[in-house]
Formats: sequence, C-alpha cells, structure tokens
Amino acid sequence: MALLEVNHLQTSFFTDAGEVKAVNDVSFTLDRGKVLGIVGESGSGKSVTAYSIMQILAGTGKIVGGSVKLDGQELVGSGESVMKTVRGNKISIIFQDPMTSLNPTYTIGHQLMEAIMLHTNRDRKQAYDRAVEMLRLVNVNDPEKRMKQYPFEHSGGMRQRVMIAMALACEPDILIADEPTTALDVTIQAQILELMGQLQQELGMAIIMITHDLGVVAQMCDEVIVMYAGSICEQGTADEIFYNPCHEYTKGLMRSIPTADTAGQKLQPITGTPIDLLNMPEGCPFAPRCDNAMKICIHHRAERMRINDDHAATCWMNVKNAVDKGEMIIENEEGGEDNG
Amino acid sequence: MQKKHFTFHVDLDAFTPASDEEKEYLVQMRPSSTFFRDGVKRLLKNKVAFVSFIFIVVITLSSIFIPMFWPYSYDDMLGNRPGEPADMSYNNLRPFEYSRTEQALMDEGEDVMPHIFGTDAQGRDYFIRVIYGTRISLAVGFFASIIVLVIGTLVGAISGYFGGKVDLIIMRLVDIIYSLPDMLMVILLSAVLRLTLDPVIEHTPLAAVGSNIISLFIVFALLYWVSMSRLIRGQILSLREQEYVLSARATGAKGGWIIRKHLIPNCISVVIISAALQIPSAIFTESYLSFLGLGVDAPMPSLGSLANDALNGLATYPYRLIFPAVIISLIVLSLNLFGDGLRDAFDPKLNN
Amino acid sequence: MADKGQELLRVEDLKEYFYINTGLFKTKPLKAVDGVSFSIKKGETLGLVGESGCGKTTVGRTILHLYKPTGGSIYYDGKKIESKSDIKEFRKKATMVFQDPYSSLNPRMTVSDIIGEPLDVHKLYKTKDERRERILELMNFVGLNSEHASRYAHEFSGGQRQRIGIARSLAVNPDFIVCDEPVSALDVSIQAQVINMFDELQDKLGLTYLFIAHDLLVVRHISDRIAVMYLGRMVELADADEIYNHPLHPYSQSLLSAVPVPDPKIARANQRIALTGDIPSPLNAPSGCPFRTRCKYARPECAESMPEFKEVTTGHFVACHFVDEIN
Repeated sequence: MALLEVNHLQTSFFTDAGEVKAVNDVSFTLDRGKVLGIVGESGSGKSVTAYSIMQILAGTGKIVGGSVKLDGQELVGSGESVMKTVRGNKISIIFQDPMTSLNPTYTIGHQLMEAIMLHTNRDRKQAYDRAVEMLRLVNVNDPEKRMKQYPFEHSGGMRQRVMIAMALACEPDILIADEPTTALDVTIQAQILELMGQLQQELGMAIIMITHDLGVVAQMCDEVIVMYAGSICEQGTADEIFYNPCHEYTKGLMRSIPTADTAGQKLQPITGTPIDLLNMPEGCPFAPRCDNAMKICIHHRAERMRINDDHAATCWMNVKNAVDKGEMIIENEEGGEDNG
Repeated sequence: MQKKHFTFHVDLDAFTPASDEEKEYLVQMRPSSTFFRDGVKRLLKNKVAFVSFIFIVVITLSSIFIPMFWPYSYDDMLGNRPGEPADMSYNNLRPFEYSRTEQALMDEGEDVMPHIFGTDAQGRDYFIRVIYGTRISLAVGFFASIIVLVIGTLVGAISGYFGGKVDLIIMRLVDIIYSLPDMLMVILLSAVLRLTLDPVIEHTPLAAVGSNIISLFIVFALLYWVSMSRLIRGQILSLREQEYVLSARATGAKGGWIIRKHLIPNCISVVIISAALQIPSAIFTESYLSFLGLGVDAPMPSLGSLANDALNGLATYPYRLIFPAVIISLIVLSLNLFGDGLRDAFDPKLNN
Repeated sequence: MADKGQELLRVEDLKEYFYINTGLFKTKPLKAVDGVSFSIKKGETLGLVGESGCGKTTVGRTILHLYKPTGGSIYYDGKKIESKSDIKEFRKKATMVFQDPYSSLNPRMTVSDIIGEPLDVHKLYKTKDERRERILELMNFVGLNSEHASRYAHEFSGGQRQRIGIARSLAVNPDFIVCDEPVSALDVSIQAQVINMFDELQDKLGLTYLFIAHDLLVVRHISDRIAVMYLGRMVELADADEIYNHPLHPYSQSLLSAVPVPDPKIARANQRIALTGDIPSPLNAPSGCPFRTRCKYARPECAESMPEFKEVTTGHFVACHFVDEIN
C-alpha cells in the first residue's frame, strides 16, 4: 500500500470575487522513501495541494472534495485532533522563505525544542539533546552555540537548515518541501539539496518537493507531477517526463528553458499569459496558450490517459496520436492498454 | 485493475487544430477596476459607515441651507423691539410653546413658525442658534483639518523624502512642538490676539466669529499638524524605497516631481483617513474651548457655548443642554465611524 | 557616437561604499563594490552574475548614478561622466529595467503615464499628440496594444508588467540599458518570451546591455561575455562560452557546477564542487582575496593581498593568485 494516496482532491478558495478552484481533481500516490516533485508555475495549485494534505489552508480555503489517505488513514474530514498528531509528526513541511518561517523573537534552540516536546514524550533535557543532535544532522557546525542564537543572526542557508532540523526532529514519514531553495543563492541551494538527498537516504523518508525549477526536479526527484491551473497535466518518473513529455504544456516548458544548446538562438516560449483562475475556460485550461490546440480541447477537458506503466498524461494530443497510429488509449486510474 | 472505454464516441473532426479566434474567446480581460473604485465598493457595503455618511451630509446641508429660510435669526432677541417695551413673554419658551404675543397673532389667523427647540433666556429662537452652532463647529472642524492636512503632508513629505539633516532638524522640531501644552497655548494666544486682532477685524465678517476662533486656527496651524507629519513621513520612508521611485530617479526626475507624482498619490488613502478622523477631534476641541468661554464671541453661538449657557437653568430647562450635546455627540460619532469605515475600505495593508 | 564593436561604456576601479552606523558617531563601510573595472562594446551584452552580497546590482545602479560613486570613474562614449550636466545627458542615453514587475510600476499611474514619464521629465515632446504617438509606438515595440494605455499596472500579469517597464526604458531612445534581474521574478514560461524580446530589441534598435542576473542558464543564453562577481570584486571575465567551458577561477568553477541542469541523466552524473560554509557578509569581507574562506585551494598568501584582475588568455580575465597552478 502506498504511503500517501491522494484521490480526486479538490480545494477551493471562496473570495469576494468568486470561487477559485485552486486544486481541481488531483490524484497521485507516494511510496515510502521516494522523492516526488510537483512542478508548476504560479497559479498551478502545487502549494495549495501540499497545504491541503496538511490541512493548513489559509482563511477562505476549503477542501471541497476528494480524499487524502496516509498509511490507509483518511485525513480529509478527520478533524483537528487527528491532524495535530499528523502535522510535524508524520508529515512535516518546510517553506520557501526561511526569513519569515522562523519566529524572530525566540532562539533557535527554543523553537527546535518546542517542536520536539510537542510531538514526543521527551522532557526538556532530552529535547535539548535531540535538538543538538538534529542540528548536527543537518551539518550545522557548533550546534550548542547555535541553540542559543536568534534567527536573525544567521544567513538564509543556515536558517533553512534549522527549518529542516525542526521538520525532521520527529522523524516524519513524509517531508513536504515548498520551494525550499528558491530564495537561496545557487551555491547554498546546492548544499541544501545535497543535504536533503543525504538525509533522505539516511532516514528513509519520502519527500514531496514542490518547485518551479526543472533543474531541481531533475536532480532530486524520482517521480514528477506537472500541474497547470489546478490540475495535473502529466505524471510519471523523472526520466519519462523529461525525455518523453506527453502534454503540450510540459513540452512547451522543456522547449522554453535556456540550455547550453540554445545559446545564441531564439527561445521557444509558450505564448500568452498565465491563467486567471477566476476566469477559467470551458475545456482544457492550457488551450488558450497551446500552439497545437484542437477543437476538442476548447470544449472538453481531457481525461487521464495511460502512456505506459510509468507515465500518465491528460492531453487530447495523445488520443490524436493514438488514433493516427490506429491504437486506442484507455483512460484509467490504473489499467491496461487495449489495442484495437 | 479497471478497464474503461471512452465514454463518448470519437469525433475525428474534433481533433483538427483550433483556430486562433476559437482560442481568443476563451480569455477575456476582467473589467477594469481601480483601487479607488474597489474601495468605494467596500465602503458602500459597510452599513454603519454609510449611515454615518448620510447623517453628516444631512447635517452639513441643514446647517448651510436652513438659516436661509428660517424666519428667526440667531441673535434676534424676539422680545426686544426698538422703541417698544421689552416683551418678556418670548423668553424661556419650551419647545413648541408660543409666547403670548405669538398666540395673539395666531388667534388672528396668522401663521407663526413654532419654536422647535423653544427660546433661550433672551428670547432667541433656540433651534436656529443650535443650527448656527453646528455651522461653526463644522466649519472650524473642516478648515482646521485642511490646515493640518496641508502643513502636515508637506512637512512630512519633505522630511521623509530628503532624509539626512533635513529630516533630523524637522523631526526635532516636531518633538519640541509635541511637548508644548496645546490648551495653554490656545489660552495665551487668545488673550494676546484679542488685544491685537480685535481692532483689525472689527468691521469684517470675521468680527462676528471673533478673534478667539482666529487664534484657534492659528494654534491648529502651529501645533496640530505634527501627528499628521509623522504619519506621512513614515509612509514616505517606506514608499521611497519602492522600485518605481528608483526608476523615476534613474530617469532623472527631481525631488519635487517624485514627491508630487509618486509619493503623495500613494499616501492619499492614509491622508484622507487621517483627515477624516482629524475633523471630529478639531470639532471637539472647539466645543470645549467654547464651553470654557474661549471660543466664538457672543452672540454667535457654538454648540459648546450653548451647552455652557444651558448649565444655568439646567434643572428647569434640561433640553437646552441636551440638544447641543446630542448634536455634538452625533457629529463626532458619525465622523469617527465614517473615518473608520474609510480606513477599513481603503487601507492597503488591511487588504489581501 | 561609437560604432558597433567599439567601446561604449568603460568602468575603471569603481568603488561604492555604504556607511553603516555602528556606534553613536562611528560608521563602518560596507564595501558593496570594491574596485571593479570592465568595458562594454556597442551592441554587446555583458552578463554580470554572482550571488547575494556580490554587488552586481550596486554596480548597475552606480553606473546610472543612482548612488554617487565612492571612487573610480565611468566613461561613456569616451567621455568621463562627472558633472551634473554630464549625468543629465547620460540619463538620456542609459536607462534601467528593474527586477520586480510588481513594485517597479507606480500603482496609481496609468500605463501611458508610466511609459511617458521619461518623456515628461526630459521634455522630449512639444505637443500632446506627439507624446501619445511616441507612447503608442513604444507599446507596439513591446507587444502591448493601444487599449492597454489607459489601464493600471495591477490589471496586468507579471510578464506584461515587465514589458511596460521595458517600454518605459526605451522612451528616451537610449543606447545602453542596465537590465537588473529582469526575468527573475517571472514564471518560467514567460521568461522565454521576455528574453526573446530583449534579443529582438537589441537587434532592432542597436542596444547595448549590461545584463545582471543570478540565473546562469539565462545569462549564458543572452550574453556575449560574462563577468562573475564575488563580495564586491570581479573575479572572472570572459566570453560566454569560454566561461562555461573553461572557468578558471575556483568560485566560477563551483558556481557553474552548482547550477541544477534540467536533464536527469546529466544531473545525476554531475560532480558538484561543493563549497563549504556560507557567503560572508560584505560588512566583514575577508582580508586579501574575499573568496579564500571557502576556497579549497586557499593558501596563506591569499589572506595577505588582493589578487589582481589580469588577462590570462586573450579576453579572459581572472583575479586569483594561483590561477595557473589550479588549472
């Protein structure tokens, strides 16, 4: 059984201007010890998906449908008392901006120990030892000295390490990292990513890496989900997604990033502007910007289709290709292929 | 493992490329809405603020227009007619009571405007006196606020934008002014100005208002702008670092241009809210100065002086205190509520 | 006016120190830019990269005299920029595009006014019609249409706002544009659009760019030459390909190896040159070579003196005491 099963998750924000369907029917699974990358741009719903799993949505957000099962236990609708035992304990999260995720008025030691004492039965002394141990684990030198210091005394990279230490203090099964290195310099980012990879090996935990940076995904992730406007475009192993993209959006993304080969030539951008979630079109949300949009794309959302064992995509182009080749692809949850 | 087939028949035509027009209609730009329009919308939704606003408008219009057609004047002692003996029956009438003379006129078939609030001890119609008092209060509140607004904004903007020594000097000045006792200043200044200004304004319309009010305005101009300037300075300090200001500087724009075009327009909401909340404060100050006898000269009434006069006959004629007191309270309350509503509607920090 | 290929901008030993209050009357210099020299040819794009605290943004802003240079000189078209009138003239030739599309446009101004501001400040038009014509022309350059002119900035997406910013920078018909991280705040799919636009405008209008960025893949794409900065000093300068294929300075080497490549096979095989420790604060820059605290080749001599920025091979400048030995 998969560690985390998300099925048809739907989360909306109810604003003055209307309902914003931030997450619109998202399904995926996460196995133990694997690293899953969720890639998307602003408005794609990747962060909201993570917040929905942890149920830490801001004010006007609500999960309006679907299920999230952790080790078989249903989390949606389970209530705060259950979620409190999950958060920080079974699933931890680290955020993008280490400047604002740590409370500036408490020492690092205090915040670390607080996290530990909240979730485990340790007393102060044991919590202190554990905190120092965690700091050592994340390669913070001189941990006893750091315990007494305040967040503002440290750099971004250091603070992110402290965040990771806090998140891992209770040995969670899943670590959700929401753009953990976006605010960091490249060389620091490399250090943090290396650390996360190392910890993942040592502790055997699963990671959900949310990012917009395809380079980070290529480096860290076993499996990848590509999101656009609240829905999943395609999902599969990293190799599949990078070398065999089957959704027009993913293809567009891959084409538009500058690489060593594109120097001096024109890039091939995706035309148009990102979607306004309050003004969603009828059919495929990517259709207005898609160079290869077809008539069916305008009026009908595609259904999820299986490309192979490791890859599923939600794009009519696959149907067209299959039809051209004389095959039929079947939409499925997990299923076989039918040739006809 | 589940096998499902397509839930609809495949229409091959649907797989031909979509034209640009078909894609176009999918995305329209949302109707334009400025910050101002959004704010007004929010304000209108706030019922308390809306009602307060209506009240203020009604009161202001009343104080402007009622004296134009009201048959009685504020300083007209109805019992005193030159050349005739004093008619005491006009004095101290209760609301809607008529004097003997008026009664006689009515018996003869003439129409006499009732004294809605009665008359005072000198036989003056109380209602019109309250209206004039309101007029004075509103005018003082309004003009004093404008003075405070203009001076405070200017000083705050200059101090905030230029920083350095200029800022240092101005802020120390502000600190000094803050520490001055405003009441004392008003009293002293009134005493001094009474001697110097009275002869100057004797035959002007200002004479009706009296030099006390002038000294009140002067004190406001000298002292009360400081909190506004601090507020504006704070705003400017944060706005100054915005990239659009940097861009203007890179273009070669000078300080005056930047303050005018970039900084002040972005503080407008703060300025308006602050001014709106300044008005009731000014009105209140004028009222209690008048109550203390330092306000407008008699016979021009002020809500505060009316309240003071009413203390004499409080037991017998309580309404003489109640009317002006209630009006002042309502004015100050509604201005405060409206100001709060403005802040909720327009304060950018409160929005997400 | 320089021809294409001739030197247009030259910076010599540029210094920009910010003085921070450390005590009641004591100040300490924050050496944001500490002796930087380079030149840019007409029609060229010089990419300037580095991490936080390296001073690249400060270099850009100091060139445009948004900060008064603490030391060094700036030459434009052969002439030194010194007096107020020099700066005023220079402002008509050199403009800037800013990073944050959200805070670089005044929320209270219409698009037309934002783009037209440089025209207003320099009084470059005689009639209102002339102004409007010019503004529409500029909007056309960047792919906005005329009905956008009366709208406000907040009604547009990040990419469109950046176009507005670009149109504004073109208003005075400049020759030289400092692009301060112009695509960093944009979505990936929009970045490509804006990068293409920079390319097109450069071809069409003969522009010269100083392109400041931290995204090395973007910089490589658009730049002819690239300069790497660290803690206020320039550590390497060479042609774009040369830097990517043969970086000589230890910092450049580790910087390039740290960039995550969007290709799983390459990413897995990549041997990252890990740097230990954090980037020191510019307030407490190490003595001698600023990189020595994180450099695996550091030796005692590195702490004693600042390495000279010298030409090692044609057009390839490096500031390292032991550059020959390392490579």
